[in-house]
Amino acid sequence: MSDLTHLTISQARAKLRGKEITAAEITEAYLDAIERANPLLNAYVTVTGNKARDMAKASDAKLAKGEGGALEGIPLGIKDLFGTEGVHTQACSHVLDGFKPRYESTVTANLWADGAVMLGKLNMDEFAMGSSNETSYYGPVINPWRRSRLDTVVMPTTHQGDGGFVSSGGTKTARTLDNAQLVPGGSSGGSASAVSAFLCAGATATDTGGSIRQPAAFTGTVGIKPTYGRCSRWGIVAFASSLDQAGPIARDVRDAAILLKSMASVDPKDTTSVDRPVPDYEAAIGKPIKGMKVGIPKEYRVDGMPEDIEALWQKGIAWLKDAGAEIVDISLPHTKYALPAYYIVAPAEASSNLARYDGVRYGLRVPGKDIIDMYEKTRAAGFGREVKRRIMIGTYVLSAGYYDAYYLQAQKVRTLIKRDFENVFAAGVDVILTPATPSAAFGVADEDMASDPVNMYLNDIFTVTVNMAGLPGIAVPAGLDAKGLPLGLQLIGQPFDEETLFQTAHVIEQAAGTFQPDKWW
Amino acid sequence: MSVDLQTVKRVAHLARIAVSEEDAERMTGELNAILGFVEQLNEVDVSGVEPMTSVTPMEMKKRRDVVTDGSKATDIVANAPAADENFFLVPKVVE
Repeated sequence: MSDLTHLTISQARAKLRGKEITAAEITEAYLDAIERANPLLNAYVTVTGNKARDMAKASDAKLAKGEGGALEGIPLGIKDLFGTEGVHTQACSHVLDGFKPRYESTVTANLWADGAVMLGKLNMDEFAMGSSNETSYYGPVINPWRRSRLDTVVMPTTHQGDGGFVSSGGTKTARTLDNAQLVPGGSSGGSASAVSAFLCAGATATDTGGSIRQPAAFTGTVGIKPTYGRCSRWGIVAFASSLDQAGPIARDVRDAAILLKSMASVDPKDTTSVDRPVPDYEAAIGKPIKGMKVGIPKEYRVDGMPEDIEALWQKGIAWLKDAGAEIVDISLPHTKYALPAYYIVAPAEASSNLARYDGVRYGLRVPGKDIIDMYEKTRAAGFGREVKRRIMIGTYVLSAGYYDAYYLQAQKVRTLIKRDFENVFAAGVDVILTPATPSAAFGVADEDMASDPVNMYLNDIFTVTVNMAGLPGIAVPAGLDAKGLPLGLQLIGQPFDEETLFQTAHVIEQAAGTFQPDKWW
Repeated sequence: MSVDLQTVKRVAHLARIAVSEEDAERMTGELNAILGFVEQLNEVDVSGVEPMTSVTPMEMKKRRDVVTDGSKATDIVANAPAADENFFLVPKVVE
């Protein structure tokens, strides 16, 4: 039954409603796939098999009566950042050891109300801080994609199978997989890896500086960060409250649209949740983009960007042009300041949000000689290096005498970044096309990344502007590089115009196709 | 601007994170790399620019000032490392 895991959400939805398959069957197929693959990929930190089976059973009862919700019987993985009642919720941090919330986040509650089935909790960078999923207390997630080499081999006899294809001249081209383990990106690395390796039909994720879009690009999956305020943040472990947004990672554009429709809502429990009805995103898919104005920002052409990425960007431009879009050159002059401004705003907000982990109300407690000593020892033992770094930066930039020089300056620059986008949209641009990341997936324990924290931060150079301006952005796979690794393009839209992103991303998907890793796990 | 070892120790104490001498030394280098990176923000002319307070222009949501939640003491202390009769237990604070 393992091919059930290869159905997209829209395909599985049709088969479930048509009673060709049951929720119990598809859930069992995923649980089986997880059991076999997870020791190698480390995408899940907890598998909720019994809960999944119970939920699937309830879905089957509803489906039998023709009563299913929008996601009835669809098995999903949930990033460990989302509060799930009675289930492991630790933001993949040691400091939250044993934490099982007595509440359910609004986003996951919306998914269960629509009939989705929870398979388990997905690995992530600790507190969503990282771009490689290596800062998790539960160890790194492995990307199901590996580099490969194309070899032409002379074949003595006709031969079939093992991923190659037979040529008429008796030679075949074979892709040889390299053994080096690659990162899936982060912070939603578990979500991206699980979706790409067929360990869930789709996954929830969150994005503060690129944490949905960068891992989606590294794994050949689709990831959308909606407009700030579209998905409720209630019940999601907070990192940087003015930047955090939840969104889905899925195998194709339609699945991402289906998931976002269920995840998004108007929520009185989150004051930044926006009072706007959630549109039917799926309806935008397939609409022609003829006459749409697509902006190409010159500032996204950065030094040292691999040729493959520049070529991919040009391909994307050509595809949209062929579909009737008008391509215009634009300028977003403050782009280069987005990442440095982010590394003031995000740590500042994080230092404040993470003050709550003190060994008193939940999680880890390390005893001390007095209460201050207990706080300090608990936090020293509970937080990993990257999290401590960011708390320290945040505490420093907010400390007396430095607030104006750092935080206030960064918030002013943020106004300018947002204004750049507003000017472009006011000039009639409907959507902006950029590369999603400055490189393909890199190796686990990459020395360059480890040598300087800023090298890791540069992964988010193309995605972070979108968070700073609160805009929606989608990463859609658009091709493979010379080493056979997936690369993504990013589309940036106007506030609450996710529909244009789905519509345009689908045009790219139609031209580029979808991508699956060769199975080695 | 850059930080020295003493500043790093002071900030660590403000952040309530115990650091060893070795940690503090390593962090000094790392924090200075980050502070060096963000330094470029000073190039930007921000005269007359308002600092951002909200990415989406929206009015603060209001609701009636009534009790909408509560009576969940057991839930609230359920995850505490040490609790007794719906109180969080901490080391003695007042002598």
